[in-house]
Amino acid sequence: MDIKAYIALSLTLFTIGIVGVLVRRNAIIIFMCIELMLNAVNLLLVGFSKMHALSPAAKASPYFASDAQIFVFFIMVVAAAEVSVGLAIIVMMYRNVHTVDVNFLNRLKN
Amino acid sequence: MNITTLVFILLSVMAVGSALMMIASKSPVHSVLWLIVVFFAISGHYILLNAQFLAIVNIIVYAGAIMVLFLFVVMLMNLNADTEPIKNYRLQLIGVISGGTLLLIILSAVMKIDVEQMVEMKTGDAGLIKSLGFNLFKNYVLPFEISSVLFLSAMIGAVIIGKKDEITHEG
Repeated sequence: MDIKAYIALSLTLFTIGIVGVLVRRNAIIIFMCIELMLNAVNLLLVGFSKMHALSPAAKASPYFASDAQIFVFFIMVVAAAEVSVGLAIIVMMYRNVHTVDVNFLNRLKN
Repeated sequence: MNITTLVFILLSVMAVGSALMMIASKSPVHSVLWLIVVFFAISGHYILLNAQFLAIVNIIVYAGAIMVLFLFVVMLMNLNADTEPIKNYRLQLIGVISGGTLLLIILSAVMKIDVEQMVEMKTGDAGLIKSLGFNLFKNYVLPFEISSVLFLSAMIGAVIIGKKDEITHEG
């Protein structure tokens, strides 16, 4: 499989995430679109990792190709931490203003 | 067309279609379920690339833990299609057009690169637990340990933000 196929797929998923953030007004769905964008980047990183596994430099050092997958692992770690804090913020916001519409949250005060 | 290309196209259509359904569906619960389908399709891509560890971690962490957290929050708030915020169709059109333009421009720029790099499918030990574990505990020990501090701070932050506090009512 060509690397361009993976670039196109990841780019499509990332753009769907961007369109979701722009179009939807529900804070939870905006948050889910951010998760979708993170996953698109993860897929692209794994694709590049397997692309570099075929390069001559990968024969020289054994860990050359798995570096990108370690990055994906850390992206998942950060995403899990982000989701826990973000959902706590959304729950608190719902408790205070009784809606998850981001249009109601255009001011920081009151 | 061999079987690898066929599976790739199938998983890609599944991922993109489910992502579109996630954006388009009215009810937040349906959106969460469609996003789980996207994560399973991406895990299928990881298996196709022989990144087995990431495929399993993706299913366990994303589809298993994070999306269940989303479902809990959606059901806790009693959200459904009736409570969906009012739409502004002009803003939606602008969002779709700008996103489509971004996709078109970056895609055409990327496809013009005349690099013919192939991706290693179904073989290779870069994604196996053995090589990933060696690399993680040999070269990336410090980030691994720091991530535990990150988790601890995220846990404390979620508890402090989530609990009912009396301070905000006074000030």
